[in-house]
Amino acid sequence: MDMNKLDYNGVWVFAEQRGAKLQKVSLELLGKGRDISDKLGVKLTAVLLGSGITDISKELINYGADEVIVCDNELLKNYTTDGYTKVICELVEKYKPEVFLIGASFIGRDLGPRVAARLSTGLTADCTGLDIDSESKNLMMTRPAFGGNLMATIECAEHRPQMATVRPGVFERLKIDESRTGSIELEKIDLAKEDIRTEVIEIVKTAKDMVDIGEAEIIVSGGRGVGNKENFALLKELAEAMGGVVGASRAAVDNGWMDKVYQVGQTGKTVRPKVYIACGISGAIQHLAGMQDSDYIVAINKDPEAPIMKAADLAIVGDFTKVIPELINKVKEVKN
Amino acid sequence: MNIIVCIKQVPDTNEVKIDPVTGTLIREGVPSIINPDDKNALEEALLLKDKYDAHVTVITMGPPQAEKALREALSMGADEAVLITDRAFGGADTLATSRVLAAAIQKLPYDIVFAGRQAIDGDTAQVGPEIAEHLSLSQVTYVEKVEIEGRELTIRRALEDGYEVIKVKTPVLLTAIKELNVPRYMNVKYIYEAFQKEIKIWNSDDIDIEKSLLGLGGSPTKVRKSMTKDVKGKGELINMSPKEAAEYAVAKLKEKHFV
Repeated sequence: MDMNKLDYNGVWVFAEQRGAKLQKVSLELLGKGRDISDKLGVKLTAVLLGSGITDISKELINYGADEVIVCDNELLKNYTTDGYTKVICELVEKYKPEVFLIGASFIGRDLGPRVAARLSTGLTADCTGLDIDSESKNLMMTRPAFGGNLMATIECAEHRPQMATVRPGVFERLKIDESRTGSIELEKIDLAKEDIRTEVIEIVKTAKDMVDIGEAEIIVSGGRGVGNKENFALLKELAEAMGGVVGASRAAVDNGWMDKVYQVGQTGKTVRPKVYIACGISGAIQHLAGMQDSDYIVAINKDPEAPIMKAADLAIVGDFTKVIPELINKVKEVKN
Repeated sequence: MNIIVCIKQVPDTNEVKIDPVTGTLIREGVPSIINPDDKNALEEALLLKDKYDAHVTVITMGPPQAEKALREALSMGADEAVLITDRAFGGADTLATSRVLAAAIQKLPYDIVFAGRQAIDGDTAQVGPEIAEHLSLSQVTYVEKVEIEGRELTIRRALEDGYEVIKVKTPVLLTAIKELNVPRYMNVKYIYEAFQKEIKIWNSDDIDIEKSLLGLGGSPTKVRKSMTKDVKGKGELINMSPKEAAEYAVAKLKEKHFV
């Protein structure tokens, strides 16, 4: 290892923007980044790339950054692997951050590994926990492993920066504080058209992500035990009666009963609704990782020993096809 | 046109059981399959073979038994297979794995390198882009549609709320998602042939890579500890008639002002 770890200092968050709008996950990472940089006693920096985006720098400071490094360049208007990787790697080599956090979006998951490989450092994907080891001061990155059945804490002890991606919804953003102050550094990195080998022809928004289960306050979720697509109608009826939405486990999505946008869990969405009702879900760790911070969890399962029953605030032993119609009646009765 | 497809053999479930006593994985009795996204990558390569007579080579890094996944790929119609196997690769993280695969790819002719977006046993989605970086290739991940005209590819790349259309020239590395296609079954025509074919077996001496970059020693990330997850365990368990259970549950929700 020819790198001197001590040369590396500070915590970085990749401030992902699309159409000059900051992604929620980046603000959530600033929340966690604040905590980490306070533990290390170092600066928290947001790195913002794009075109015509200098104005949104202040927002990053309001959400916890001490400093924003901005690279405003027409060639960075839309995300490209080549353009963003080049700029970010050059900035890393110049400033040498010890920790670098990236949102695990479809863009962050393209960028992160490319940057890590160029810098010959480690990258831990989809972390659900980040902390600083009190002795080594290394970043402790916790993520579900082996299909989510185990949690592993991963360390990148000898390489810098220590890089991690985090899915949206895992951490909470700080309350916005417009009185916060910080510095804004404008960086010019040489970037030529020829550096970018892909051309973005168009960006199309479809309705596929219209239902954002991450925003729902009440989720009625179904898993393998729901048995078939038709039974999800029952879940939907309960969700509607309660003013909520339907969610699904990975097994239900893999079986084609529900679309992937409804998937809760490590590989789907991380949710923290007020009420989470799990029907026919056994509770694999990867699912629990995506919903365990819900305020109140109700599980309905025939098996009292299923892991979800232990994660629940209220575990109902029974057949959901019998319990849910009763719940619908009762909820309607209460609401009237 | 030469296409290389990187595949991984994975356990056929995303809910592997854990031994409650030792806390380790129970691998016995869990059949292995070609990782689902990798199968989409392979299918797309085979479609290009059907259409343009592309030559398709599948490669995998893994233990000797990963040969089975390669045989399956040959039975689907791949032309050649390479197994990269060596005890020295043990404990490799994504960076160390990608370096081995990139070194192997460098020995082969290619216009397109395909990989699956991510493997169901790790879900990292890192190896594809890391290979592309080592080979200085352009990359497009989350590929849901590919059109080819000469050296130019028009690709639909999935985004959370839609997609983007990207143009890129070969050589390029693409990572496939489920939406790209429906993988074919093994073909009777190829099955017999597949078992006659010789699979190339390469170890760390057969590829151009520094030994210090292999396996656990060449991995920047290391697992410090692993644990089964703590669950809350402070809830209450009720076992009553559906009607009583529903009444109890709604009373609780009401008490907490959730309904």
